Amino acid sequence: MSVKVLIPTPLQKFTNNQATLNLEGSNIVELLEVLDSTCPGIKARLCDDKGELRRFVNFYVNSEDIRFLQGKETALADGDEVSIVPAVAGG
Amino acid sequence: MTQAIDRPQTPALSTRPNFTALRCKECGETYDLGPKHVCEDVCFGPLEVVYDYDAIRRQVTRASIAAGPKSIWRYKAFLPVATDTPIDVGTGMTPLVKTNRLARRLGLKSLYIKNDAVNMPTLSFKDRVVSVALTRAQELGFTTVSCASTGNLANSTAAIAAHAGLDCCVFIPSDLEAGKVLGTLIYGPTVMAVNGNYDQVNRLCCEVANTHDSWGFVNINLRPYYSEGSKTLGYEVAEQLGWQLPDHIVAPLASGSLFTKIHKGFQEFVKVGLVDDKPVRFSGAQAEGCSPIAQAFEEGRDFISPVKPNTIAKSIAIGNPADGVYALELARKTNGNIAAVTDAEIIDGIKLLAETEGIFTETAGGTTIAVLKKLAEAGKIDPDETTVAYITGNGLKTQEAVHGYIGEPLTLEPKLDSFERALERARTLDRLEWKQASV
Repeated sequence: MSVKVLIPTPLQKFTNNQATLNLEGSNIVELLEVLDSTCPGIKARLCDDKGELRRFVNFYVNSEDIRFLQGKETALADGDEVSIVPAVAGG
Repeated sequence: MTQAIDRPQTPALSTRPNFTALRCKECGETYDLGPKHVCEDVCFGPLEVVYDYDAIRRQVTRASIAAGPKSIWRYKAFLPVATDTPIDVGTGMTPLVKTNRLARRLGLKSLYIKNDAVNMPTLSFKDRVVSVALTRAQELGFTTVSCASTGNLANSTAAIAAHAGLDCCVFIPSDLEAGKVLGTLIYGPTVMAVNGNYDQVNRLCCEVANTHDSWGFVNINLRPYYSEGSKTLGYEVAEQLGWQLPDHIVAPLASGSLFTKIHKGFQEFVKVGLVDDKPVRFSGAQAEGCSPIAQAFEEGRDFISPVKPNTIAKSIAIGNPADGVYALELARKTNGNIAAVTDAEIIDGIKLLAETEGIFTETAGGTTIAVLKKLAEAGKIDPDETTVAYITGNGLKTQEAVHGYIGEPLTLEPKLDSFERALERARTLDRLEWKQASV
């Protein structure tokens, strides 16, 4: 289950300045664990003490916000693209 | 007479910079004053500019502000730019109009319109935030600027970048109103029209920012500076009311940023002693077709569930509002309200403001007026309160929204009898309309 993960600039210090990573994971929860073992410390930026995604962090699977899918349980398939985006203001 | 914009230095412009750091709104972690917008070392929360208010208090008085330029830069001491020569295209100091006919219609005694439909140069409040963002972009060494936009921000970024000689690339949803697309293209930027809604454009733009970090994205890596420009909507209203705060404000809610920055502007004036403190109620307006903040308010939730927008009010159609939780907290804390209105009510709101006050606003303004009416009718605005409704954009940009709802011109031959027949037709139509309205 290899998925492509897009890393936002503020987190690229954890990824050797790489903007994308190819990782394994069958859903978002699993992907977060794999991400943290590949880039130690990154999960603490994305999740609070209880392991919940922080309120200013957005996850998208193939361009869809995971809150419109199954949240952290959203299943991942081979070739999926997961994008991590900090919330930004609009207009 | 309008003041010339190419002006000599004034005390308001030659103040020392008073901004000292960026600080996370969530956890308080501080950062240097670079191009960054999230708390990357701790919690990913949004960063905000920190000021030395003691220094500001020593620098400004009502008189020094009043002697400054007739633009947002009269408040430069409160803005995050260091230069004495900010980009000044005449932005700000728009009229605060005391309404008579609209107030009477709504049963209110002291209702004002802050009219940013005539803000310069691109006829929306976005010129305020962009003037600040692009001035700061130049200070940080950027030569290309960019943004994700629902239209007004693209207009403003493209225009002010052209004025400043910056390269510009903007991202918009491909289904925007024609006036907003044309009103961007004319300034010669690269325009990326994305097949998706604003939230998708915004996400894409964030991904682009990851790989094009030599660009200054006004609402991404320049966001802490950019958003501060909205505070001037608070300062101006306080100054125009004779250095006092209103009792109640009503403003549109898209990301929620404008709403919270008006509050910050009021609070800063109190903090440095320019106005007396008093409670100000903050009420927000959304379109039913995109009302994630109004829904959370209604349901008593303290979190925002994103929605997929479906409304004519495209300029405020943000389904995943970044500052939504802060707007929600502010409305509750100040005993205000957040309400949503239908597209039909939005069109009626546009017409009501035009027919009573001679101000033609876009759909966001129609939303604000419709919510103002709804709150007034529900007794949620005290008739004696000094209330200010913020009109943030111009109706000429969203003409599609009112086509088919405002009648047609009477066509006639250049002959007197043709005129008389047309006039009779007009009077009959008026009578029918009146009859319909009174049924």
